[in-house]
Amino acid sequence: MSEQNEKAKHDEHAHHIVSPKVYVVILIALLVGTALTVWASFIDLGFWNPIIALAIATAKATLVVLFFMGVKYSTKLTKLTVGAGIFTFLTLVSMTLADYISRAWGSW
Amino acid sequence: MSATIVSLPDQSTARIPKMNYLSKENGLLSWLLTGDHKRIAILYLISLSFFFFIGGALAGLIRLELLTPQADLMATDTYNKVFTMHGVIMIFFFLVPSVPATLGNFLIPLMIGAKDLALPKVNLLSWYLYIAGGTLAIYTMATGGVDTGWTFTTPLSTHYVNTNVLTTGLAVFIAGFSSIFTGLNFIVTIHKMRCPGMTWFRLPLFVWAHYAASILMVLATPVVAIAIVLVALERTLGIGVFDPTKGGDPLLFQHLFWFYSHPAVYIMILPGMGVISETISTFSRKRVFGYTAVAFSSVAIAVFGFFVWAHHMFIMGISNYAVLVFSLLTMLVAVPSAIKIFNWTFTLYKGSITFETPMLYTFGFMGLFTIGGLTGVFLGTSGTDIHLTETYFIVAHFHFVMVGGMLMAFLAGIHFWWPKMTGRMYPEKISQLAAVITFIGFNFTFFPQFILGTLGMPRRYASYPPEFQVLNVFSTAGATILGVGYLLPVLYLTWSLKYGAIAGNNPWQATGLEWQIQSPPLTENFTVTPIMDHEAYDYEWLENQNLAKEKSKEVTHAG
Amino acid sequence: MPDSPVIVHGASEADHHEHPAYLRHHFESVEQQADAAGFAMWLFLVTEVMFFGGMFTAYLIYRNWYYPAFVAASHQLDVRWGTLNTLVLIISSFTMAMGVWCAETRRKKGLVLCLMLTMILGLGFLGIKSIEYSEKIEKHHVPGFHYSLQSFTDPQSDSAVYAEYHDKPLPLDMARHTEIYFSLYFALTGMHALHMIIGIAILGFMIFRAQAGAYTSGHVTFVENFGLYWHFVDVIWIYLFALLYLISRHQ
Repeated sequence: MSEQNEKAKHDEHAHHIVSPKVYVVILIALLVGTALTVWASFIDLGFWNPIIALAIATAKATLVVLFFMGVKYSTKLTKLTVGAGIFTFLTLVSMTLADYISRAWGSW
Repeated sequence: MSATIVSLPDQSTARIPKMNYLSKENGLLSWLLTGDHKRIAILYLISLSFFFFIGGALAGLIRLELLTPQADLMATDTYNKVFTMHGVIMIFFFLVPSVPATLGNFLIPLMIGAKDLALPKVNLLSWYLYIAGGTLAIYTMATGGVDTGWTFTTPLSTHYVNTNVLTTGLAVFIAGFSSIFTGLNFIVTIHKMRCPGMTWFRLPLFVWAHYAASILMVLATPVVAIAIVLVALERTLGIGVFDPTKGGDPLLFQHLFWFYSHPAVYIMILPGMGVISETISTFSRKRVFGYTAVAFSSVAIAVFGFFVWAHHMFIMGISNYAVLVFSLLTMLVAVPSAIKIFNWTFTLYKGSITFETPMLYTFGFMGLFTIGGLTGVFLGTSGTDIHLTETYFIVAHFHFVMVGGMLMAFLAGIHFWWPKMTGRMYPEKISQLAAVITFIGFNFTFFPQFILGTLGMPRRYASYPPEFQVLNVFSTAGATILGVGYLLPVLYLTWSLKYGAIAGNNPWQATGLEWQIQSPPLTENFTVTPIMDHEAYDYEWLENQNLAKEKSKEVTHAG
Repeated sequence: MPDSPVIVHGASEADHHEHPAYLRHHFESVEQQADAAGFAMWLFLVTEVMFFGGMFTAYLIYRNWYYPAFVAASHQLDVRWGTLNTLVLIISSFTMAMGVWCAETRRKKGLVLCLMLTMILGLGFLGIKSIEYSEKIEKHHVPGFHYSLQSFTDPQSDSAVYAEYHDKPLPLDMARHTEIYFSLYFALTGMHALHMIIGIAILGFMIFRAQAGAYTSGHVTFVENFGLYWHFVDVIWIYLFALLYLISRHQ
């Protein structure tokens, strides 16, 4: 039994084990976030509706990535990989949209 | 010609080591189920060569048709199919995997002192995906082909052609995943499998170039995959995303397609640049000038590569402002490419240059790639692009970069590492001749196309006005010479497998880790984990090694 | 170190000790193997981001172009089903995270339970999704299969949706563009559902192996990496929920 504990400790040393308490807190935060975003969508805020919905979605996604996926406790390399993915995705969206938006401006 | 540096062991006593990766196991299954990166590289080399010669035969047909102004050899829609299949096979089944899947696969673990790639099974899977995609491409060809051009331009591909767009699309989709898995494997390997002492700035530049290309494979390829899925859905169900009659925008397809396909040209050329860094250093006996700059220029090319894709769409109706921005950004890519060319040239300066076959190909690369790159600046400038695009100028430009650049680099690499892969040398004189023939044939084929393009001959037509015939005859004649230049290596390299001189561990006296072990290497590469204690391209260190070896020999003789 | 006499000298053989059976031959240590596998999984997820990224881009562009059509079309989605599905998926993400924790702390029963719960929730998600899909099929809102514009040119004919939103009829030209909304809706949610199906299949395999104790003896890489995949699918849904269901509820 003690040997098993020791082994478990060794594994813990190799990488961080997040405690279930954190997971429960994150779960509650995500559920609250969902309730909040649905509630907000029922109120007519005009221009702000999509922004609030996407902001809450991003907050929820960030919680999942940081805690459920453990990026908060991971190496810089993992953080960089996640960052590279987001950066490339934003490049694709923003530069494509830039073309579509500026098409409406007409010629010089 | 200056003194050669090739140092072969005494042929009367030399032997190929009994234990090596080729001799470890026999039988077809030991190859088809292997996890050994070196064997998978050989599998790739064989299958790639097969696709190269299919693509080459199609190129031959195109040139033969263009010998005369009329479309007389084949019907015009057959011609469309021939150039489409030439493009699809050459790009997705030869150029993209060429250097990474063969040389990269074989050498990256050896260069960084690892026993294998990090994910051997994924490596094998990626070969099977490549074969599956390739088989589908061949099936497409056998059952009528496809005539959209390799770009699958919508709405032509979704609505107007009745050829095998779906199977070709699936073939490219599958090949794309093969390429994603190769890139993913390389990145993980380079990060996690380096031997002790192998810091990032001790890595050979070949590894840096592959790292940069792998980033592109991983980040860009999925976008073309989804674009192809949407084309398939549009074609089968008419979902309307790219259909202008339903409000869809065909240009959106081009955005998604070129978001991959522009970085894809860097996926093709970067590994070739890695090869050139190795050969130019070895045959100048000098450390690559500005190692750090060359290393970072690879990464810079990869990063800038993501911001320039719309320069393929200048005349297609994107906004004027986007044209301006993308045109300016395109100029940025010229900077890191020029850094590479200048640094290689400085490496030659005061080096002890010798002219072995790989070096001849390297010189070919430098000249042709420079021309190809500079004409790219003409095309990136939106004003000249409007005149030159969709003409033979484009065809000449990308063939200078891809065939003159990449294929020369591929051949340089194959000749350079052939002794390591097989343990045997090829006949030097014939191979030098082949390199020269390739260079001459290449220029005869593609230089006239620059002139044809500026004169206004459009690409993708089977017929042309008679006044263009002289230059087209030049081009076709050159293609014949080029064909000989490509056939020769197949013959003498195959011959050398059995009859070539025994190469020994380090015939070129190169410094890389891969040259310090036996040729061909053991299955596990290194018997003990190596420790790297010097910079890359340290020829002084190599000399001291040789001196120490001789001394120990003398000691044993005296004893 | 130019005067170093040895080219390739090996690491000391002294630290040679018994390796666990799951250590593949080409790795030096268990840590290196786990690191490599985890990093590879992250890179794969990055390719997935770009894979979905293409469709998200298309969605954003067409929403800007055909705003009225996208608003009217999104009113065909039922926020209640969407919310329920979001909750189901978030909870399944939680049970998956707990599963990883159980594996790391070697709780076999807990692991099997968590994986089973995750699988049931995943199946529940697909069940709810299929209810939503069948509604679209009934109303002929599937692009390419006799697509019907009736709900958009004559909103009052669609009484349930009309009662909630009171949409004005769209001109025919704009109403036709609702088909693009549904194309992207099915492409996005379909690709997401495909990822769920693959995930559930792997979960089945994992439950089978977990009962044999495969993941509770120290080798947790597979469970951890699958967890990353499952959470990623959850993240995609969080954005799909916002973009498809929530942002267009008011004109």
